[in-house]
Amino acid sequence: MNPTDIHAPEYFHKVVDCQWACPAHTPVPEYIRMIAAGRYTEAYMINWESNVFPGILGRTCDRPCEPACRRVRTEEKPVAICRLKRVAADHKGDIEQFLPKVPKTKNDKRIALLGAGPASLAVARDLLPFGYTVDMFDQDPAGGGMMRSQIPAFRLPADVLEEEVDLIVNMGINATYNYEITSMKEMLDMNYDAYFVGTGAPRGRDLDLPGRREVDEHISIGINWLSSVAFGHTTSIEGKVIVMGGGNTAMDCCRTSKRLGAETVTVVVRSGFEVMKASEWEKEDAMSEGIPIINNRPPKEFVHENGKLTGVVFECVKPIEEDGRLKYIPTGEPDVFIECDHILMAIGQENHCPWIERDIGIEFDKWDCPILDEVTLQSTHPKIFFGGDSAFGPENIIWASAHAHQAAISIHLMCQGKDPKSDRPPDGLNLISQKMGVHEWAYDAEHDASKRYLVPHANRRRSLENIKVEVELGFDEILGSREAQRCLNCDVQTVFTEKLCIECDACVDICPMDCITFTPNAAEEQLRNILTAPAPNLEQALYVSEELETGRVMVKDEDVCLHCGLCAERCPTNAWDMQKSIIHIPQLGSYAE
Amino acid sequence: MTFVAKPKVHHPLLQFNEIGLTRRDYEGAVSTLCAGCGHDSVSAAVAIACNELAIPPHRFAKISGIGCSSKTPSYFLGASHGFNSVHGRMPSVATGANLANHELHCIGVSGDGDSASIGVGQFAHIVRRKVNMLYIVDNNGTYGLTKGQFSATNDRGSTSKRGVPNLYSPIDLVSMALQIGASFVARSFSGDKQQLVPLIKAAIMHKGFAFIDVISPCVMFNNHNGSTKSYQYVREHTASMVDAQLVMPHEQIEIEYAPGTLKEVDMPDGSVLRLRKISESYDPHDRVGALNHVQRAQEQGDVITGLLYVDPIASDIHEVLETPTAPLNQLGEAELCPGSEALTAVNAGFR
Repeated sequence: MNPTDIHAPEYFHKVVDCQWACPAHTPVPEYIRMIAAGRYTEAYMINWESNVFPGILGRTCDRPCEPACRRVRTEEKPVAICRLKRVAADHKGDIEQFLPKVPKTKNDKRIALLGAGPASLAVARDLLPFGYTVDMFDQDPAGGGMMRSQIPAFRLPADVLEEEVDLIVNMGINATYNYEITSMKEMLDMNYDAYFVGTGAPRGRDLDLPGRREVDEHISIGINWLSSVAFGHTTSIEGKVIVMGGGNTAMDCCRTSKRLGAETVTVVVRSGFEVMKASEWEKEDAMSEGIPIINNRPPKEFVHENGKLTGVVFECVKPIEEDGRLKYIPTGEPDVFIECDHILMAIGQENHCPWIERDIGIEFDKWDCPILDEVTLQSTHPKIFFGGDSAFGPENIIWASAHAHQAAISIHLMCQGKDPKSDRPPDGLNLISQKMGVHEWAYDAEHDASKRYLVPHANRRRSLENIKVEVELGFDEILGSREAQRCLNCDVQTVFTEKLCIECDACVDICPMDCITFTPNAAEEQLRNILTAPAPNLEQALYVSEELETGRVMVKDEDVCLHCGLCAERCPTNAWDMQKSIIHIPQLGSYAE
Repeated sequence: MTFVAKPKVHHPLLQFNEIGLTRRDYEGAVSTLCAGCGHDSVSAAVAIACNELAIPPHRFAKISGIGCSSKTPSYFLGASHGFNSVHGRMPSVATGANLANHELHCIGVSGDGDSASIGVGQFAHIVRRKVNMLYIVDNNGTYGLTKGQFSATNDRGSTSKRGVPNLYSPIDLVSMALQIGASFVARSFSGDKQQLVPLIKAAIMHKGFAFIDVISPCVMFNNHNGSTKSYQYVREHTASMVDAQLVMPHEQIEIEYAPGTLKEVDMPDGSVLRLRKISESYDPHDRVGALNHVQRAQEQGDVITGLLYVDPIASDIHEVLETPTAPLNQLGEAELCPGSEALTAVNAGFR
């Protein structure tokens, strides 16, 4: 293998699995160390810069970082990254002094944001400090988009939402609420310098089965119903409720129903339990509230008597694997009938922009999604950019922040007369040695073997009575600092200097995870099998040195490295050093002077 | 010294041996020797070898004297028996331990000071007595604990860290062991576990006195340009004579060698010691030839390594003394104290 180029930013970025997996590339270990040190405000600001909504995301994020956490591979459960983010938000001090300053004098560029959800807000946050005039339009009476309308208060309290949304709105957005956008042409006529479409995926899917039309008034589309609960239009639901669907919206619907007075609530899912779209913890929370989840039951027919819904007939299927894909075949058992008075349909949603005329230069693909440049998020109309769910279909809030940063850079470049693609700044990398003394490191190198800490919950009865009672109470400072210690500090990298190595084997002997091998060089496939421990995880790189004095090379498997620093501790010549990698992901802030 | 404890967590694919243990179960406390010390590699090699032999750790007795080398039994086989004895007197204690319980695998660890200076008499006599043990010398040619004076194995002309040359001839423990009658003699290098681990395995399974002289650089005081025991010097001047590989009874023999270069030696437990000659002129069963070879190489400044001599039909101290099959420490009062009639009979024999 060729020697590894550790100075290419993506090499060490990939070693920080959580940061690599986070769409917004939040520097997770860095803020977790801040939490461990009780520096909550700084931890919050690191988050705020990357993902814009730490308090909201600390409660609602889909957590792509957690399955990626190295701890999953070294033992069992990941660090509770999301809940730690919330610790930072809950305990932070005054952040005013750290916020970017918005200049009083505006530049002459005007930007229109369509929709007031997380994507638009994040674009505004990035653009406002550069003097842009930002106008935002939304159909709802307040900003926040789906964070406000679709996430129930028992998961995301209103004050947390409002704090972070208002912070951005008050930076100087000219917001126009209760404004339904009906024509893109009309918007273009307003002659803005750039448009950002962040209108989400507002259309909930429906099911056209026998009896559907007859029972229309007893069926609600999940996201619409949640929205009407959020804005106080719906305050109760009566009788027996069936929630159809297996995603997070279904979980929110069933738990909301339970709180609004439903006699019984049942979730019925077409697919198996393990493959449900809902996050594991959402499923757990729903079940712990006494809501049954029935799997492998696709609906067949809505049954009604004189226009009144009486229940639903479901087929019984079972999953089989065929060519590596799951397929569902009938089990032969008789169909089941489940009684109900109301159905909440939560079987997915689509982005849907009927208000964008198809003759104004924005091209759409066969799934009715706009054709975008994946890097710049520019549509085929040079002035129009997309982000969030309206870009590539339903994702989650953290993706909206990630898109927004990229779109903001594109908009800025375009407004400066530069090319949004070729003039983009590259990623950067800094490596800073953590060595403080002979055996002292600037980070807490010691491995903490604790199991993942459980988060305390509110009293069950109290929380089921009131939709506004937040279920998860979050870690307090003590639990938070303990959980923070579980972080392996994967951003503190093992950096190897060939010319200092005397090949004494001290690092090989001490490494608890058998990561390091000195061996004659070979092709990657071969190397992976002849290391001290085999390295079958192809997603994790091998770190290969230049040739050493004996003609061998040092090969380190990054897969299960604990970043405990023992290789560097036991190295007599400092050929190994622990260096903190700081990955610079360009944001509009990188341009600030 | 290292202050960060080695985490208990291990590689998810770490192999279990036949008795359900992993290499980690054969480790000891974290070393307090200097970072990069060759002795730590020797300790790691012992742990690897014992794990591969799949002998439970509590069936080993580790015995040592005084010095950097003699601290190392703390750093491997944490769950075995140990005795850190008096300077140069490890052989006496090891002899006693082996006499009391020959069922334990005895590993003695000593250094060049402990065995070639203060304990040179003890060393000579334990070789003579054929104690069934593995005797390792971590040989770095210097007194590390007292800041780098020349030891008795340091080559004449080799310099100290400050450039002062050594004026005295070295004691070569390998030559001594060969000459006095050790039945298994090897030399290796701490930086070459590929060679060292199989040697340790074979030495542990050898019935009789097995001696391995391991050149183990002292990174603090004897790893400079004028040293003949530095990582660089040893790597540049080393020549392996015979490659040894212990094949356990249950293991398949996989590698095929060219005919004539391979010799197989049956071990008492049913395993096979495979010797691959690297140098055509070398015969590992010829004691006098081996002695010549070692001395000649020494004269030329070369370090020959590998299994230098093995006697396939060796005997040990218990055979010489005709002790009973059961370990002495397991005999009851009746066997150990046969009564006054037996004593009278013994005394009568001397009249």
